[in-house]
Amino acid sequence: MKDVLRQFINDNFLFGLQGRTLSDDDSLLEKRIIDSTGVLELIAFLDATFGVKVQDDELLPENLDSINRLVRFIEKKSKAAA
Amino acid sequence: MQLEEFLEASARVAGGKIALVSGERRLTYGEIDRRCNRLAHGLAASGVARGDRVMIFLENSVEAVLAVFATLKAGAVFVMINPTTKAERFAYILNHCRAAAVVTDAAKFESVRQCLDGSSVKAVLLADGGGGRPNGHRVLSFEDVLADEALSSEPPPKRSIDIDLATLVYTSGSTGRPKGVMITHLNAITAARSIIGYLENTSDDVVLNVLPLSFGYGLYQVFMMFRVGGTVVLERSFAYPAAILGRIVRERATGFPMIPTISAMLLQMDLTKWDFSHLRYITNAGAAMPLEHIAKLRKLMPHVKIYSMYGQTECTRVTYLPPDQIDARPGSVGRGMPNQEHYIVDDSGNRVGPGVVGELVVRGAHVMKGYWEMPEATDNALRPGPLPGERVLHTGDLFKTDEEGYLYFVARRDDIIKTRGEKVSPREVEDVLYALPGVAQAAVIGVPDKILGSAVIAVIVPRGGAQLTEREVLRHCAAHLDDYMVPKFVEFRDEMPTTASGKVAKLALCREARENV
Repeated sequence: MKDVLRQFINDNFLFGLQGRTLSDDDSLLEKRIIDSTGVLELIAFLDATFGVKVQDDELLPENLDSINRLVRFIEKKSKAAA
Repeated sequence: MQLEEFLEASARVAGGKIALVSGERRLTYGEIDRRCNRLAHGLAASGVARGDRVMIFLENSVEAVLAVFATLKAGAVFVMINPTTKAERFAYILNHCRAAAVVTDAAKFESVRQCLDGSSVKAVLLADGGGGRPNGHRVLSFEDVLADEALSSEPPPKRSIDIDLATLVYTSGSTGRPKGVMITHLNAITAARSIIGYLENTSDDVVLNVLPLSFGYGLYQVFMMFRVGGTVVLERSFAYPAAILGRIVRERATGFPMIPTISAMLLQMDLTKWDFSHLRYITNAGAAMPLEHIAKLRKLMPHVKIYSMYGQTECTRVTYLPPDQIDARPGSVGRGMPNQEHYIVDDSGNRVGPGVVGELVVRGAHVMKGYWEMPEATDNALRPGPLPGERVLHTGDLFKTDEEGYLYFVARRDDIIKTRGEKVSPREVEDVLYALPGVAQAAVIGVPDKILGSAVIAVIVPRGGAQLTEREVLRHCAAHLDDYMVPKFVEFRDEMPTTASGKVAKLALCREARENV
């Protein structure tokens, strides 16, 4: 799952840019990798790829702002759905 | 009067009141004033003199606000730089305004450092991290300056007068090079007073600001609140809307400045989950808010006053629509703000009546002094006015009025694209595209976009045999342009449509792009 997320972020926000590396705990906002429209793309991606529907009150950095947070959020949502 | 007196006066009458909230930090007027005094002495001790330019290259933060007022207290001129600005643009601005000092943070210092050799910069002030002398450059930290007991925490003597410059605001121009809009203390104070007047701001107001302070609309939120003794809550972005809405509720915000990108995101959410009963007003500027957004917001928050506004960096603000008119004329950006005169002229400079499209001309003490060291561009924007020797602002924006004088925006005169509320010069993006090997021809256009206002689109004709991909083009742009200037899509073509005179037919490109998107 981490690889899929990393690939998506790399392709869509980093454009495979040299010299910009991202660790699993890096904040996407603080590192200026994602902005308002980027979050919308991320939400669409979570739905399309993992079937995760992000609710309005879940649009929080705690859920979405790093690869590790995204993994935890997807797992929590998948469990709740199961 | 000087702009920093907004802070000083509030510190005198309400020194213990919370002025600024950022993350977990809450600072009073007294704390901010004392810190800015010491930082101002620190800047002066580093060689920053009256009228010198100080670049501020920081995210929205306590330190960014301290840097603004410390620079003003030192009698110097602050230059806010968008935190996503890349090295080339940063270096251009640094050399163009011959900055005497740069205020930034440890993360961005790496890209700043390469511009310093042989430059006019005497000192770098870091918002975080330590000081020292990397590569022989004098680097100070906020922490060290604030702890330096040898520096006074009393205000430095005032040497500037109100027609001195307070700030240079770099804005994209149609020629491709950013222009430094010269704003004096008097310009800024005049604009702030008028805006405060029509928004009816008081010390009870709490404004939640997500707009970058490098954007005039964001920066003035601080000036306005400091003037009335209110509170500003600074956030860095609207990227996580639930976090911002939670903050609005917790801080009991009364004012929320928006751009259409924000309203587009808000209206995709179920807003009934949050309690906005304390919210008094919403403002919109940067680009016109779509009529359907206005109608939905009115329905969702009938108690909230919605102000549609229009302005440009060259005079900060021009119009506002009184909230009681928004249901009657939702498409209008309103009338002129207090203490300002404006009129619409045809191509020969004659004033035109209602319903006729022409260029908007603005007259008032808020109109800029001109563009820093660009006499031709200045003469083009500032032209003779009604009084002998007077100059008035030709906005380059086409407008018409209705019978009652309410203004309706029609179009820009040049090809500047407004995206996410910011101006993008197609020429500046095209210059970057042409630097990419494999690009034979490039044209940059804007097409309407529900979220962005306009989306920036790059149309490229590759050189014979070159195998360019969209990803390569976007990567190249992301490495060289501010984030908001990076194209949303790239379209490849075998040839570029041209006009009879051989220029790229941008109107045709826009029409076709609109059909494809």
